[in-house]
Amino acid sequence: MVIRSKSADDTAFMKPLEIVSILIIAALILVVLPATLDAFRLNLVGKYLTYAFVALGLVLCWGFGGILSLGQGIFFGLGGYCMAMYLKLEASSVANTKIQSTPGIPDFMDWNQLTELPFFWLPFKSLTLTVILIIAVPTLFAFFIGAAMFKRRVGGVYFAIITQAIAAILTILIVGRQGYTGGINGITDLRTLQGWDIRTDSAKQILYFVNSGLLIACILLAQYVKRSKLGRVLVAMRDKEDRVRFSGYSVANFKIFAFCLAAAFAAIGGAMFTLQVGFMSPSFVGIVPSIEMVIYTAVGGRLSLFGAVYGTLLVNVAKTAFSESFPELWLFGLGALFIAVVMVFPNGLAGIYHSYVDPLVARLTRRRPAETEQPLHGAPAE
Amino acid sequence: MIIPPNDPQKQFVLAVEALTVSFDGFKAVNDVSFYVDENEIRVIIGPNGAGKTTVLDLICGRTRATSGSIKFRDMDLTKMSESNIVLAGVGRKFQNPSIYDDLTVFENLEISFPRGRSVFGALTFRRDAEVRRRVEEIAETIFLADHLDERAEFLSHGQKQWLEIGMLLIQDPDLMMLDEPVAGMSVSERKKTAELLHKIIKNRSVIVIEHDMKFVEDIAHRVTVLHQGKVLSEGSMDRVKHDPRVIEVYLGH
Ligand SMILES: Nc1ncnc2c1ncn2[C@@H]1O[C@H](COP(=O)(O)OP(=O)(O)O)[C@@H](O)[C@H]1O
Ligand SMILES: [Mg+2]
Repeated sequence: MVIRSKSADDTAFMKPLEIVSILIIAALILVVLPATLDAFRLNLVGKYLTYAFVALGLVLCWGFGGILSLGQGIFFGLGGYCMAMYLKLEASSVANTKIQSTPGIPDFMDWNQLTELPFFWLPFKSLTLTVILIIAVPTLFAFFIGAAMFKRRVGGVYFAIITQAIAAILTILIVGRQGYTGGINGITDLRTLQGWDIRTDSAKQILYFVNSGLLIACILLAQYVKRSKLGRVLVAMRDKEDRVRFSGYSVANFKIFAFCLAAAFAAIGGAMFTLQVGFMSPSFVGIVPSIEMVIYTAVGGRLSLFGAVYGTLLVNVAKTAFSESFPELWLFGLGALFIAVVMVFPNGLAGIYHSYVDPLVARLTRRRPAETEQPLHGAPAE
Repeated sequence: MIIPPNDPQKQFVLAVEALTVSFDGFKAVNDVSFYVDENEIRVIIGPNGAGKTTVLDLICGRTRATSGSIKFRDMDLTKMSESNIVLAGVGRKFQNPSIYDDLTVFENLEISFPRGRSVFGALTFRRDAEVRRRVEEIAETIFLADHLDERAEFLSHGQKQWLEIGMLLIQDPDLMMLDEPVAGMSVSERKKTAELLHKIIKNRSVIVIEHDMKFVEDIAHRVTVLHQGKVLSEGSMDRVKHDPRVIEVYLGH
C-alpha cells in the first residue's frame, strides 16, 4: 500500500514561506528600523516591540488554544515590576539616598514611613535571582490561575472575565500599597544595571537589539510549539474540546501550558519594557492595557505568530500618531478598529495577506496556491 | 428485566450495575444493569430520549453517576477521569460527528494515535514511520486514503462519521462505543459503514446504539432495549423482536 500524503511528509520545523517571513521580520527590526530611525524613535519602537511578546503569547493561547485572556497585563506587569524592583534597589544605594530618613531603601518607601526593606524585596538585590523571578513569578501565578480555572472546566467568557478581574485587583493592590509598590506613580527613576547607565542613547540602542533578539528567539520557540503535535492539540481543543478529552488527553494540562507560556512571554516583554523605558507603573497592568494587547493580536491575526509583531507595531504607530492629534478620539478609534477586524477581517493582517498576497505570489511564481496555504490558517468556527 | 450473570466468577469486560443518574430530579437513567462479555457486540436500542446516549456518557465519564457502579475489567470507571478511562481502553464515538474541522484528515488521525498524550509527550512527539503507517492503514480502512491532506471541514457528513470511527480505531480500544454510527448516511454510505463495522469489531467488545433494525439484526450478539431510562428487555435479537413490550413501545411504529 503506497499512499502519498503531503501531511505525512510535512515535518519540517519551518516551511519555506515561514523562513522567509521570519527573515523579513529580522531584517526589519534588526536592520531597517535601526538604520532609518533616530535614537528617540528607535527607543519608541523598542517599547512597542515589548508588547509584541504579549501578542505572541496570545496567538498561542487565544488564536490556537481558544483561551481568551483579558488579563495579560498581569504578567507583563509582574515581569516589569520584578525588573524595576532590582533596578530601583540599585538606584537606592545608601550613597544615593543619604538625605532620606532611612537611607538605602527606595525613596517612595521612605516617603511612606517605611524604615526597612519589605521581605519580598530582598531577592531583588541579586541580578541572578531577579532574572529567574522575572520568568518564575508570572509563570507560577499563571499556573495557579490556570490550575484553579481549567481543572474546574471554567473557560470561554467566564475565564476572560476572571482574568480581567484579577488584572483589576492587582492594579488596585499596587496602587493601594504605595509604600511597598510605589503606588500609582509606579517605580520610577531607574538608572543603572550593574553600574551600566541605561538612560543613555547608546544603552537604549543596545537594549533595543537585546529586546529584538529575545523577540525573535520567542517567535522561534512559539514556532516550535506551533509545529509540534502540541500545537495541533491546541487547535483541536479549540474545535472540539470533548473529542480531545476522549482521545485520552488531559485538556486542562494543555490549557495550563499554553496559558503559562503566554505569561512567560508577556513577562519577558514587561522586563524589557522597564529596561528600555526606565520605569514601570500600574497603568501597564490593568484592564485597558490588557484589552489593548488583545487588539494587537486580533489586528495582526490571531493565528499568525508573525502577524503578532506587525499588528502590535501598526496599532501602536497609529496610536502614537492619532493620540497626538486627537487624544480624546483614540479610544473610540481603537474600539472601532477592533470591531472592524472582528467583523470584516477575523484573521487580521495575516488573513488579508493570505487571501490577497499569497495568491498573487503564487500566480507570479506559478505555484499552486495550495502549497502556500496552511491548514491552520482557516477561520476558526465560532 | 435483567439477565443476571449466570456464573458469578465469570469475567465481564463491562459490568454496569444499578446505574442511575438524575438531572434535577429527572432520572434519565434509572437502575440500569447489564453485562458485556469479551468480544461481544451489544446493541442498545430504544426510542429517542430513552437514555441511550446518557448511558455511554456515564461509561466514558462525561456524566457522573448519581448511584450505581460501572466496572471495566477490575477498574471502577465511576471514579476515574475521562482521559484515564480512555487510557484504560474505552473509546467512544459521539452521536454527531466530532472531529477537528481545522486540521487535515491525517492530523485528525495522528492526534488520536495513542502516543505522546502528555504535555511533554506532545511537544516531543515525532511523526515517525510507525505513525505514518498506522495513519495510512486506518485511512485505507475508513475509505479516506485519498483525503489525507484535506481539511476535515470539507468532508461529507458520512466521511466525517468514518473519520471519527477511524480516530477511535487508531486508539485500538478494548471496548468501543459507537453512538448511532450510520445516522444521517445515504444508502450506499450505510452499506459501506456496515462493511467497515464488521471489519473493526473483531477482537474487541463493542457497544453500538442504533435505530436501523436491519443493521442491528446483522451485527448484534445481544440487544438491550432501553425505555424511559430503564432496561425494558434484553437478549438475542430474535427474542427481543418478539417481546410484546418492545413491540408496543418501540418496534410497533
Ligand atoms: N446533561 C443533561 N441534563 C439534563 N437532561 C439531560 C442531560 N443529558 C440527557 N438528558 C435528558 O435525558 C434523556 C435521555 O437523553 P439521551 O440519553 O440523549 O437519549 P437517547 O440517546 O436515548 O435518545 C432526555 O430526556 C434528555 O433530555
Ligand atoms: Mg442519543
